[in-house]
Amino acid sequence: MKNDRRTFIKLAGIAAAGIAVAPKAMASSGQSPVKVNANAVHAKHWAMVIDTTKLHTEEKIAKLAEVCHAIHNVPNVEGNKEVKWLWSDAYAHTFPEQENPHLSEEVHQRTFPLLCNHCENPPCVRVCPTKATYQRPDGIVAMDYHRCIGCRYCMAGCPYGSRSFNWGEPRKNLDLEKLNPEFPTRMRGVVEKCNFCVERLAIGKQPACVEASEGAIVFGDLRDPDSEVRQVLRERFTIRRKPTAGTEPSVYYII
Amino acid sequence: MKMHYGFPIIAGLLIFIALLCAPFAMGTAVTKEYKQPELKLPAGEKECIESKEFMREKHMQLLNDWRDWALRDGKRTYTNHKGKEFTISLQNTCMKCHTNKAEFCDKCHDDAGVSPYCWDCHIQPEGLK
Repeated sequence: MKNDRRTFIKLAGIAAAGIAVAPKAMASSGQSPVKVNANAVHAKHWAMVIDTTKLHTEEKIAKLAEVCHAIHNVPNVEGNKEVKWLWSDAYAHTFPEQENPHLSEEVHQRTFPLLCNHCENPPCVRVCPTKATYQRPDGIVAMDYHRCIGCRYCMAGCPYGSRSFNWGEPRKNLDLEKLNPEFPTRMRGVVEKCNFCVERLAIGKQPACVEASEGAIVFGDLRDPDSEVRQVLRERFTIRRKPTAGTEPSVYYII
Repeated sequence: MKMHYGFPIIAGLLIFIALLCAPFAMGTAVTKEYKQPELKLPAGEKECIESKEFMREKHMQLLNDWRDWALRDGKRTYTNHKGKEFTISLQNTCMKCHTNKAEFCDKCHDDAGVSPYCWDCHIQPEGLK
């Protein structure tokens, strides 16, 4: 065969086209070996509405916290090194910007359940240098404890104090006989918080506090206009914590 | 040309080379003595998530992928090369078959001198004491 410039350029062109196409063809042939659980529940944006007319005493909230902390192996530490996923506080601390001196006595005396707000615009995610905390497409702000380096930027970033740092070995403050073997503990030196029970949503269950609240907490898809959450939000007056922080919490409180 | 101090130099060189090679020679002897640890395999289950060879070589990569798939991507069902499905979970899938960490994980990890910190958080199947 005569090798002239014209055939060389032709062959080079075909080879270049092949190089451009081949990797994509090869990549598409290997199917991803993973998929979402068949019985998982899905939402475009998970949100929670807490009815504080029903759920406003310390005992009731403590009961929910107990359930939450038990299934997530949250250590029980007293004092300023406490670790908490669900806890309670007074009106003034829960809604500091929405206080007024002549607030209804009854509302002022309620105790409010608090947890991670799973903000639509989460400052903790923005400041995390290792991306250990991240926002899932369904709105849940999750933690990857494998990547947390314990810098606590997220704790500084969170306007709600929803994050706890494990100052000591968490297992020292856990009843090792009563651990939930389905869920890991954490290690020393990581930040932890409520995860909206992602591990339960993945198997088609509702979050533990919702289940234990006997109807005082509604959980569902904020983007679905027909969801129970949206129905409650339409019918009842709700507020969110610290609106001026601009974090757009996904936890709403019926007052 | 005559080599000054020829004998001591050659002898010294030989001793030096022998010393240099000694660790390799003795190391081979130790390697021959070494036996692979005998693992306690699950009684009820014959097949793992992937083939024995795959698991032996790549379980660490697999666990790393599993972690990201489950946590980051929210995909918790794994389909193996044969098309069988498994729930992605170290504690609830792997350790339900390999019910003894000391008799399985630790045997090789101790020999290889690696100590992964999986169990700082994950609960070993026999529970914590």
